[in-house]
Amino acid sequence: MFIPCDRGGGSAVPDFKDFTLLMPAVSVGNVGQLAIDLVISTLDMTKVGYFYTDCLVPMVGNNPYATAEENSTELSINAEVYFLPSKKLVVLQIRSPFIKNKYRPFCETLLSWVKSSKCARVVLLSSSHAYQRDDEQLLGTPLRYLLTPDLEKAVGGRMQELNWKEMEKVAAYPGISDTDKVLHIPGGGITKLLFTESCSKGIQMAVLLKFCSEGDNIPDAFVLVNYLNEWLQLIKSEVNPSSQWKIPSSWRLLFGNGLPPALF
Amino acid sequence: MATFFGEVVVAPSRAGLDEEEEAREETPEDREIRREIEKKRYRRRCARGEIDVLWTWKSGGRAEEPLVCSRFIVAIGRNAAAFLSSFILDSVCWEVVGVVKLWNEWCRTSSTTNVLPTDSFCLFYRLISDPTVLLCQCSCYVAEDQQFQWLEKVFGAMQKKGLQVTILSTCPVADYKTQESTLTLASPFLKALKTKEFQDQVCCPLLEQPNIVRDLPAA
Repeated sequence: MFIPCDRGGGSAVPDFKDFTLLMPAVSVGNVGQLAIDLVISTLDMTKVGYFYTDCLVPMVGNNPYATAEENSTELSINAEVYFLPSKKLVVLQIRSPFIKNKYRPFCETLLSWVKSSKCARVVLLSSSHAYQRDDEQLLGTPLRYLLTPDLEKAVGGRMQELNWKEMEKVAAYPGISDTDKVLHIPGGGITKLLFTESCSKGIQMAVLLKFCSEGDNIPDAFVLVNYLNEWLQLIKSEVNPSSQWKIPSSWRLLFGNGLPPALF
Repeated sequence: MATFFGEVVVAPSRAGLDEEEEAREETPEDREIRREIEKKRYRRRCARGEIDVLWTWKSGGRAEEPLVCSRFIVAIGRNAAAFLSSFILDSVCWEVVGVVKLWNEWCRTSSTTNVLPTDSFCLFYRLISDPTVLLCQCSCYVAEDQQFQWLEKVFGAMQKKGLQVTILSTCPVADYKTQESTLTLASPFLKALKTKEFQDQVCCPLLEQPNIVRDLPAA
């Protein structure tokens, strides 16, 4: 699945042992993916490879993090892996939707790659439909977290210190009071599947998600990436943290082209 | 999502989510539909998801031997296919060496090699004077869950060392993202994407971000 890039020194597979894998779920508002774009762009991460997979719609374009003419012509595809050894961080960016019936095969292949590359833990950035919140969830913070049992032991205390809110379980059959509570993440794409699979495979996974709706999701991405930063401390956040994140050049024209002058 | 009139509707997501479908169990109606589709597939001898690539070249060797190919030009979509038909292909210099059979909700490929411009087809031609030059005209739509298979079956039959691939396709001008309005753009215009291994001169500017290419040309 993972194909390393040829970086001049041969195509040796980089060592991801004990690294944190940060990745998005393709979810409502694409918030996870936007947040990952901010991380890669700000930390100026190096691409080290890509996923060769039939589970995502193919796409290709030039370098979305280009800062100058010279670095703008590197091709970029739908699932690429970036690397920052100084922070023991490896990031997977997913740039297109899943093909029908391919959620499960992708999750299985991804988790077996996580195990074989010996990543210490996985952090999944996601989102969920804001309109599906219940009365209590409408109040307070729109941010939630989830931890697999293995990671709960390691960092559960940190989440308490940060005063984070765990994602609530909901009744399996709404309206019926004495029914089982289940995890429900509407609009979360592969989030629930990846989380439940990680629980059963003993993988340390954290899910950070935001309730949001489709629209201009750039502010949601900033909120989510600042939430992540409270825990992982990827950038210094003493001053206004939002101003520290670098918006990639590919975010231009998200809502269409310029207007024809003849309109006026 | 609540609309202006107070009704609640399920808003479609840009992220292309259909998780409810993934989790849903089959109803009796679904089973009936699936049975009918399977019956249809059996009649067509080609399942909806499957692609057949039939090579007709006589290599003199075993059919399993990979095709030696130095240049492969792929035209995807009706416009690109028409360009090849109008300016490149003719029955004197080119011969048909392969055909792709597929069907999906949008099209079913023609089963003959004598096609009309309005047919959906996917044919491979070889230059008679230099049999390592291959051309593909793909005017049919290859669905997203068939694209990977198309790639594996087509490129799987080729020897890829020293191979140069050129992909021709078209996109609507309205999809082009630019600071100015597309109304004032001089169209049609050419843009290119190239891998870093491609060392030759490109005849037009490179495609700038945030523009991307998707589907079979991207695959």
